[in-house]
Amino acid sequence: MGGRNIGAAVSRLEDARMISGRGQYVDDIRLPGTLAAAFLRSPEAHARISALDLTRALSIPGVVAAYTLADLGPQAQQRMLQAYPHPAIKTDITQYPLAKDEVCFVGEPIAVVIAENRYIAEDGVQAIALELDSLPCVIDAREALKPGAPSVQLTYESNLAATLHWKFGDIQAAFSQADHVFDETYFQHRGSPQFMECRGVLAQTEPGTGRLTVWSATQSPFLVRRFLAAYLDREESSIRVLAPDVGGGFGPKAVHYAEELVVALVAQKIGRPVKWIEDRRENFVATNQQRDQWWQVSAACTRDGKILGIRALCIHDNGAYLPYGLLLPNTSIVPFPGPYSIAAIDVQLQAALTNAVPSTPIRGAGRPNAIFVIERTIDTIARELGLDRVALRRRNFVTKEQFPYKTGAHFSSGVPVEYDSGDYHATLDMALTASRFSEFEDRRRRALQEGKWRGLGIASYNEDSGLPPYEGATVKVLPTGRILVEVGSCAQGQGLETIVAQIAADSFGVSPHQILVRTGDTELSARALSTVGSRVAAMVGPSVRIAAEQVREKVLAFAAREFEAAASDLELHDGRVSIKGVPGRHLGLGDISRRLVANVNALVPEGFTPGLEATAYHTTRQPVFSNGTNICEVEVDIETGEVTLLDYWVSHDCGTILNPRLVDGQIIGGVVHGIGNALFEHMKYDRETGQPLCSNLGEYLLPLATEMPRFHINHMESPSPINPLGVKGAGEGGTIPGIACVISAVEDALKPLGVKINEYPISPERLLALIDEKRAS
Amino acid sequence: MTTLHRVSLTINGKIYEAEVEARITLADFIRHVCGLTGTHVGCEHGVCGACTIQLDGRAVRSCTIYAVQADGVFLKTVEGLQGSDGSLHPVQQAFSDCDGLQCGFCTPGMQMTIAAFLEENPSPTEREVRELISGNICRCTGYQGIVRAALQAAQAIRESKTHGRP
Amino acid sequence: MVTVLPDAKLLAGGQSLGPMLNFRYLMPENIIDLNHVEDLQGIQQDQDNTIHIGSMTRQYQIQKDPLLTKELPILSDALQWVGHYATRNRGTLGGSLAHLDPAAELPGICALLDAELSVQSKLGVRRISIHDWPKGFMQADLNENEILTSISLRPWPEPHGACFLELSRRHGDFAIAGVACLISLDDNDRVRRFAASVIGVANCPVRLRQAEKSLPGERYSESLAIALSQEINLLEAPADAHHSGDFRKRTAKTLLQRAIQQACADAAKKRSLT
Repeated sequence: MGGRNIGAAVSRLEDARMISGRGQYVDDIRLPGTLAAAFLRSPEAHARISALDLTRALSIPGVVAAYTLADLGPQAQQRMLQAYPHPAIKTDITQYPLAKDEVCFVGEPIAVVIAENRYIAEDGVQAIALELDSLPCVIDAREALKPGAPSVQLTYESNLAATLHWKFGDIQAAFSQADHVFDETYFQHRGSPQFMECRGVLAQTEPGTGRLTVWSATQSPFLVRRFLAAYLDREESSIRVLAPDVGGGFGPKAVHYAEELVVALVAQKIGRPVKWIEDRRENFVATNQQRDQWWQVSAACTRDGKILGIRALCIHDNGAYLPYGLLLPNTSIVPFPGPYSIAAIDVQLQAALTNAVPSTPIRGAGRPNAIFVIERTIDTIARELGLDRVALRRRNFVTKEQFPYKTGAHFSSGVPVEYDSGDYHATLDMALTASRFSEFEDRRRRALQEGKWRGLGIASYNEDSGLPPYEGATVKVLPTGRILVEVGSCAQGQGLETIVAQIAADSFGVSPHQILVRTGDTELSARALSTVGSRVAAMVGPSVRIAAEQVREKVLAFAAREFEAAASDLELHDGRVSIKGVPGRHLGLGDISRRLVANVNALVPEGFTPGLEATAYHTTRQPVFSNGTNICEVEVDIETGEVTLLDYWVSHDCGTILNPRLVDGQIIGGVVHGIGNALFEHMKYDRETGQPLCSNLGEYLLPLATEMPRFHINHMESPSPINPLGVKGAGEGGTIPGIACVISAVEDALKPLGVKINEYPISPERLLALIDEKRAS
Repeated sequence: MTTLHRVSLTINGKIYEAEVEARITLADFIRHVCGLTGTHVGCEHGVCGACTIQLDGRAVRSCTIYAVQADGVFLKTVEGLQGSDGSLHPVQQAFSDCDGLQCGFCTPGMQMTIAAFLEENPSPTEREVRELISGNICRCTGYQGIVRAALQAAQAIRESKTHGRP
Repeated sequence: MVTVLPDAKLLAGGQSLGPMLNFRYLMPENIIDLNHVEDLQGIQQDQDNTIHIGSMTRQYQIQKDPLLTKELPILSDALQWVGHYATRNRGTLGGSLAHLDPAAELPGICALLDAELSVQSKLGVRRISIHDWPKGFMQADLNENEILTSISLRPWPEPHGACFLELSRRHGDFAIAGVACLISLDDNDRVRRFAASVIGVANCPVRLRQAEKSLPGERYSESLAIALSQEINLLEAPADAHHSGDFRKRTAKTLLQRAIQQACADAAKKRSLT
């Protein structure tokens, strides 16, 4: 099901307001009488609250109120609801909205001060008298799981939050039949999301009706509404949640946070709008992260490199609480076997609690971690057996003929994991050609003559995207003839309005810029779930197409009746219906809409329901699988450990491309997150005190323009048979292989020295240490 | 009782006057006192560049300047980048043409930085552009579109000068 | 004002003090804004060729100034590494010297050039050598009632080569280590004069006095540069959560070796131009 605008490089609808400074982010929304909130956050990683006195804070002029948990009322005295319950959760621990008597990570909110402005609110926070009795803390997830480790949460003796197991095939047979078994350990660290717009929430109750309206920098307005309704014990219909313009999400804004609940409760109590805007320093201890994983991996293969099975054990740092169930750790194991046909997989993961900020998914979630293990395993086998790493990938890839390919695994729902479509060999070849892979050794030799050590990294991946179960859209033709598309989904920069407009435009023969789009509002009839897991294009897109086609059908049926012609003889162009080949007779969309909206005593034509709109859902039971291969060329200065990124090639298959400009933007942006993870981003904590060692953007290193390579992107399209547009996800496909690709490039640069890099992030200092170690031995 | 200071400054050609505490940053003054929310606050420590505006013609971080320091100055913010007839500044047009934005949060600061730079450096190299915008963090685009936008804008500005257009 | 107001901090460019105020690390009662004091701005050269730079002169002005570009090109070389375009529009030379971050470039250049600092108080003017300026970690010899007013630098009169090298994680970041060198050569390629200043390897910039004495009279060789850089081993480099002292020193040694080579090449070029 194509269309003129499918695949068109349409410029973005969002741009006009954003380039002019007319974007409306949550802190830009101005309601008269709004009060500012500031939170008192725990300065210690683990402690009991022994004294908490708000008296001095309340005496500051301009401070309107201050609350602890006890002050928030009976509804607040329960722990936050579990967003994703899972039977494997052993320690289902979530936060109280404000700390009750124990704080379990630096940054945990303890009290809130409400004042005329944020400056005064912070004065209030400083004036709160807080006394803590320190408790032992543990930061290293491996330490947390050792017997005798201090309890992260006093309520639970064990720091083991859950054990997960992902397996299929006969792993014993795989290892007993193998010619070789290779064991490696890996350390992986993903860091902090660091969107440019920090979190924020504005809440207002309507006098009289008591309706609650919440604007939040969220990726999941419908989920936020669901939780608020449950907490506040009110009907969802009495709460409206909106996601305004949001300045980057990347996963952590999809979670429902204590601050959203507290601000809503306080707005209800005080009867004035209350706004909380997270500041950057606060973000380091208040917004969820994704930190450490330690992997022990064992790979069994034949002498010519055919992988028979992979066994692995992962210890995963989930932070002090489990607000998001096991969604994150699950995504570290479910991607196995990746784009490869591997008969047996046995991966275990132990999710540990630690006294640090809770871990929830960041772009890619656990998929980059799983792909890192798989790709480094391929490179290990290549290195140890002296085989070509490209040939090894070819040998083990799922072949084109095998699609749809059942891996042998099953989701917990019982649905088998099935890769819908793709041609992994072709995407690999595309990247090899683009990077002139075969000429690389010449480039390496020439660089070495000038004392520069060049390396080429390669990483392939596939990705479950377009996660089930549904997204919805409403398409309306307004009496003016304008077309309005409403989707409950929302974006944080992905260009949702634009792709929605492109898809709808095709059904009506108008230009995308003529479409009106509304997003991210729970008042809209079309329900949504969450903008995560690269599901916007693949789920929202088809729902728009279905709804638009339903409206189009009605338009044509109406016009057919008017013209006494067959619907197939009509065409819809430029907002008007006409008979093919018959000039002079047409009916405008606005006319049809007005006739169907009718009036008192004006009849709606027989056989037609009133109005010209449709709401439709795209539902699915399984994800769709994107894939690609990334190749990266770097230069390493072996005397200083500096890594220079030269070129980065992406070959990418996300099925039908809706807008190549948007897809390329997502790919490059995603790769840069991977580069950040590989070389720069380390959310360090002091292991003794549990204090974060990064609390500003000078200490936490985000990628800058000066360190980026030249990007080259090539596309393939293997449309998915799962949705009517054939679309697959594109938002995370840059990040998922990106880390493995960069690390593999740096390792390749040091190949003459035999250095192995089994960790990330890797800093110049650490590279020199690895080089020294190798030279000494 | 905290001392209030009278501040009178010009933003995008319009005069704003208020009495403020000394500790109020210029960024907060622009956003909350003057109601010009196009300038964004990303870090409050002068690193991310989201708050960059032009003060007396020079690109500066508004988060590390206090409103009281700006008494009598001329500021330009992103709202003042386009022409009085509403026509887009070449930098704005280029950002849209070249996919220089996604979430839009860093965009005002990026545009103000680039626009100021191009006035004194009309023909930058790609490397110079990258060094320029290394003071502005973007978490969405990976910078490639922004660099292209800066180079396209530079060319557009040079061409409009040689063709004698204002 | 400095003498009259209690609990007052001087505000120069605000690029270092601003973040500390915004983070509430410092909460002084009063701020004295130096940004409109015109006497503290400006660049001039004396008849004896000494250059005086007002303490509130903006970093971008120093970077662009034609006199400085001609006489002290290493200053604008180093300034490319100082923060970013927008921060250099506000940041000042005096502010950087008063703040005295161990990894800051401008104090390193001032140390290289044996700068003299003028400090003013109600009691009059004090002149301090840059080498006596640091009193401890981020502590300058600047008393509560004093203002740094100007910095005097004497360019080398003879043709000479210069090189500034720095290693940082990203462009504009604080240096892990940095090296500034000046070298002049005689007609036989022997070093006549050598000055080297290193940043990031101690609490303040360090002049490599031993190396500066050993290199003159010798011709450049890689092994000589390596030998000279060993002086850095003697320093007690600060460690933090992100870099060890040893790594800073190792980096400084590598940079020094490269800077000596490049400064010699530059000196040969400059010599042939005269």
